[in-house]
Amino acid sequence: MQTEIEKTRARQRARHHDFLHGILIIAAFAIPVIAALTFYALFNGSLDSIQAFGFGFLTGTTWEPNPANGGPPILGALPAMYGSVVTTLISLLFAVPISLGIALFQSELAPRRFRLPSIFLVELLAAVPSVVYGLWGLLFLVPFMSTYIDPGLIGSLGFIPIFAGETNGLGMFTAGVILAIMIIPYAAAVMREVIAAVPRAQREACIALGGNTVETVRMAIIPYASTGIIAAIVLAMGRAIGETMAVTMVIGNVARISPSLFLPSETIPSVIANEFTEVAGNNIYLAALFELGLILFAIAFLMNLIGRVLISRLTFHGGTATHV
Amino acid sequence: MDFGASDAPLSNAQLAADPGLVLFPETLGGVAITYNLAAWGITNNTVLHFTPQVIAKIYMGIITEWNDPALVALNPGVPLPSAFITAVHRSDGSGTTYAFTNFLSVTVPNWAAQVGYSTSVTWPVDTTPGAYGVGAKGNPGVAGTVLNTHGAIGYVDVIYAVSNHLGVGAVLNAAGNYVVPTLQTILWAAQNATGTPNPADLRLHIVNAAGAQSYPISTYTYILVYRDMSVNPSTTQAKAETLAQFLWWAIHDGQQYSAALIYVPLPANVVAADEQLLLTLNYQGTPLLTG
Repeated sequence: MQTEIEKTRARQRARHHDFLHGILIIAAFAIPVIAALTFYALFNGSLDSIQAFGFGFLTGTTWEPNPANGGPPILGALPAMYGSVVTTLISLLFAVPISLGIALFQSELAPRRFRLPSIFLVELLAAVPSVVYGLWGLLFLVPFMSTYIDPGLIGSLGFIPIFAGETNGLGMFTAGVILAIMIIPYAAAVMREVIAAVPRAQREACIALGGNTVETVRMAIIPYASTGIIAAIVLAMGRAIGETMAVTMVIGNVARISPSLFLPSETIPSVIANEFTEVAGNNIYLAALFELGLILFAIAFLMNLIGRVLISRLTFHGGTATHV
Repeated sequence: MDFGASDAPLSNAQLAADPGLVLFPETLGGVAITYNLAAWGITNNTVLHFTPQVIAKIYMGIITEWNDPALVALNPGVPLPSAFITAVHRSDGSGTTYAFTNFLSVTVPNWAAQVGYSTSVTWPVDTTPGAYGVGAKGNPGVAGTVLNTHGAIGYVDVIYAVSNHLGVGAVLNAAGNYVVPTLQTILWAAQNATGTPNPADLRLHIVNAAGAQSYPISTYTYILVYRDMSVNPSTTQAKAETLAQFLWWAIHDGQQYSAALIYVPLPANVVAADEQLLLTLNYQGTPLLTG
């Protein structure tokens, strides 16, 4: 039989439980609600532009907010979409192998006394503010690329259109490189955790069969961790496509679609950052910037979706792979 | 927002949309044409000559190389390299862009027809195949880009060219002379262009001014404020009085600080016109300043 004190305690526990439960439910619902509200606000803001340009906004290549003849704005989002996608792909091309290497080094190979300093140094990169990367990019990376890297690529691979032409260091290639440096710590940190979570037995089995370190990594660790590695790439991609300040400072900010990676371009966030101050009294222009935000939202959503599909496929085939 | 400032005066349409606003010149500055050819032995002390037509052709993507015959003809004896021109402009909206494009629109008919003038324009050089246009954010962004890009040309408020030790070009003025921006040449532009300023409309266009040594890309910077400050819900009477006193200070004692930033103290006749306008500032009909 329960005493009064025990009954009170049980009631208190139940109340605490209800309270915690309530907070968790609110937190869980907050994210989809915020996403839906963001979508609604962006869509609502873009209505003028959607009406004025329709589907042509996605394929238009001209960006003239104030045409010389004083007519209405002619705005097309394709150059900004192109710049966003290309710079993000370049950044992933560099960041994925490097992050994977860093993660494998830190979790598999590094001697104990190098491990923590290495983790600390890589995570320090994540703490550097974006505008500092931009400043470093403009003052160091741009001259470095235009003097050493770009001319070499043009000289040896110039017959491929993406490496053709001339360079001044400001453009999609430099922007991609700086983005890669910025997303490496995020991708590396997630990959390291995923690789560390691979069970010891998995490694030992491979070693017992006579596998060396390279074979263990290739045959036992990476397949087991593949879903988590893809999750890390998706996370890094989300950061790269939304990055604003550092990209704005090195990409050249020009509405231009060119095959050469060395030519200036622009990204969706850089256009919004550059031009948001200029829209006063020009409703279609303002709505077009909102619509750019909407497109970015859609691209990021799509990329996440592709990532999730890949993860579920790999999980199915892998059979034993972890969920991350 | 209690008051604002810009190099670009409001248009008639903008003023008509908000008739309570008044604007008046607060200081006087110039837009420098800067370049970076140090990699080819042309030091930043070398003063290159530019005509409005050549500047317009560079930003329209028609002149793309530094050794273009038009540039070589303007600069005899300067070993201009066979290198492409990177034309740097603002990526954000800017009064500096307004003054620069306004100058080109006044002097080059093709520019007026194809590009026009505004705080942000669509630069033909950006999309011309074989030409290099680049946008940078803010005066510091343009100055930094020119500083770090071999073969770059750009336009910035004079102080940014001076403090970054960039090359500064001489620009052909209406009288046919090549003039570099200095406190004196910008002041001459203002004095030769202004006539008698009218307190009822203090928008003073001084680009391409007459006068033998006037710097042609000169511009006033304007302050915008409500004549009856009570229109603005965030402005209290006490705040309005302090603001009016500050504005009075800015066009008188405040002018002594402009020269260090290569802005020119306002000419006396402009100060006098500003005074007349400031005396009409009020709060619900009560004047904020007494002469």
